[in-house]
Amino acid sequence: MNVKLLVQDLEFAYISTPVLTGMCLKVPPGTLVSIVGPNGSGKSTLLKCIDRILKPQQGMVAIDGRDLVQLKRIELAKQISYVPQSSVRIFPHSVFDVILMGRRPHLGWTSSGEDEERVWDVIDLLGIEDIALAPFTELSGGQQQKVLIARALVQETDVMLLDEPTSNLDIWHQLDVMTIIAGLVAERGITAIMAVHDLNMAARFSDQIIMMKGGIIHAAGSPWEVLTPRHIADVYDVEAQVQRQDDETPLVVPMRQIGGNGGRLAY
Amino acid sequence: MSSDYEPHSEAAQQHRELRKERLEAVRKEHKRLIGRKVVFLAFIIGLIVFAVGFIITLGPLEITIPQVYETLLARFLPDFFTMDEVFEQVVWNIRFPRIIGGIFAGFGLGICGCVMQAVLKNPLASPFTLGISSGAHFGVAIAAVFGVAVLGGPYLLIANAFAFAMLCSIFIVSLSVLKGATSETLILAGIAINYLFSSLSQLMAYFASDEQLRLMTVWGMGDLSAFSWSKFGIFFVIFGVCVPILWWKAQDLNLMTIGDDSAKSLGVEANHVRIITMMVASVLVATIVCFTGTIGFVGLVAPHVARMLIGADHRILIPASGILGAFLLIGSDAVAMNIISPTIIPTGIMTALLGVPFFLYLILKGKRKEFWQ
Ligand SMILES: Nc1ncnc2c1ncn2[C@@H]1O[C@H](COP(=O)(O)OP(=O)(O)O)[C@@H](O)[C@H]1O
Ligand SMILES: [Mg+2]
Repeated sequence: MNVKLLVQDLEFAYISTPVLTGMCLKVPPGTLVSIVGPNGSGKSTLLKCIDRILKPQQGMVAIDGRDLVQLKRIELAKQISYVPQSSVRIFPHSVFDVILMGRRPHLGWTSSGEDEERVWDVIDLLGIEDIALAPFTELSGGQQQKVLIARALVQETDVMLLDEPTSNLDIWHQLDVMTIIAGLVAERGITAIMAVHDLNMAARFSDQIIMMKGGIIHAAGSPWEVLTPRHIADVYDVEAQVQRQDDETPLVVPMRQIGGNGGRLAY
Repeated sequence: MSSDYEPHSEAAQQHRELRKERLEAVRKEHKRLIGRKVVFLAFIIGLIVFAVGFIITLGPLEITIPQVYETLLARFLPDFFTMDEVFEQVVWNIRFPRIIGGIFAGFGLGICGCVMQAVLKNPLASPFTLGISSGAHFGVAIAAVFGVAVLGGPYLLIANAFAFAMLCSIFIVSLSVLKGATSETLILAGIAINYLFSSLSQLMAYFASDEQLRLMTVWGMGDLSAFSWSKFGIFFVIFGVCVPILWWKAQDLNLMTIGDDSAKSLGVEANHVRIITMMVASVLVATIVCFTGTIGFVGLVAPHVARMLIGADHRILIPASGILGAFLLIGSDAVAMNIISPTIIPTGIMTALLGVPFFLYLILKGKRKEFWQ
């Protein structure tokens, strides 16, 4: 198998309690992989470890067979882009300037006309021209997320990591973002790894799903292989039905909690 | 699906054209804003040149603004300009050094504040609020007041100031890097450092002689009177090294204001940049404090005013913060010198008296957008 991104025996702990243990991933080029799992299962941590934002205590991450530890950060930034869940917003950079930051790995102290052209292209692609000159500090959560995605797009990397990129978006924009990402994967052959909560969104757009629990991979494979009532019960403690839709994708319908307190108020 | 959404329908065509037009308009607007920022920067540079001429005319000696420029130019181009002996004495040897010193100090404090706010992602950061000025000040005080400096001259003063400034900034940086300290924690730590050093200074005052006490008091209030041509050498060297380093890091600073995670993912070694820039800024602060004592308000306000006027891009923001800081300082100093002349109010006091109301006005007006928009 042709492997674009390889993660091997990755271990990470913030202080002493391990958050990720024995993580192994092999992602072929041109695939969209979704990482699902309950809150605190280590999805964000895994993405940060892959991009060396956090330094794993053990294991390695490689792209095209090359260990990323050898790369300088600026070189790494040409290979992997990262869309954080949200961003610090204290100072009033314009949205245009924030997106232009994505060109940073490719440019020096000044930006060229060509860099700015890329930014305008992506602004056009995502349909955010109306907010292009607004201060980044004054955007809604959803607008902010689209800007962060735009920033990663102008970075023009082979591998994209996205941390819940649709969590603040309305359904129109969710579809917009997912279609664009799936389109990039299909047309340009980039590899996208995305943490998501929405199992149905993951099912519809991903080639592969990784289901995590407590810092280890519980199940991995195609949407039909991973999104089974059994796995969902094991990982989420939720009884769910999985239905086949017209377009052959699975539809997960959560029914009830397993071992919850049945909706009784806790006083 | 209704025909409205067919990609080739007339409506869709129209929609696309409309968007294209809108994008064009936005791009034009963007160009215009950038042009305006450059014009604005040129404008404040012009303003400061004018201010220098104007401020030098203030005082007991009768002299006009053109005469000031003539006297200054005669210094560099003696073939083309002539100057009066008295003017030369007053303008070149007395008033001009004070203003140049003020410009350096204000410029340095302005950009240090700007850089510290960026790397600590904290709008309240400044050499003063983080306790770095007080540290440097204390370093100078023990050296100067208690005689250590007599042996080593100005370099020892700076070295001492620098040692203490560095101590404070290492403390602040480690708090922020190792403990992931929040904005509030950093400012609280800064306040604590400020208290610590002012108590230590008070303790020293308790044991100081009258002459030492007077020296310490004047210094503590911040004052520009210590400047003369012979002392600028070290200023030129330190500014010549430090300012370009900070400006060169402008792009990295831009990225760091949106968070370490983002900065790292875009190729910036966030902690390295933070350490380098804080150290370089501390050198600048230490040098300034050696000559002026602690002047508190400039480093905090100048970057905010600059940001409100021209936005957050550090490539323009750094020089703009510096220039506005210089402007603020020499402006306040001019008022301090002349408002109840012949009594001269210490510069530091006047900076706060003028700066605080202005700053409050800006905050209360609640204008978070750029001035131009
Ligand atoms: N900065 C941090 N310091 C200490 N522990 C953290 C930190 N961030 C996350 N954790 C812990 O690591 C675990 C995994 O978190 P995370 O990767 O954010 O999960 P997810 O993204 O799947 O919700 C959680 O138990 C969380 O409490
Ligand atoms: Mg998360």
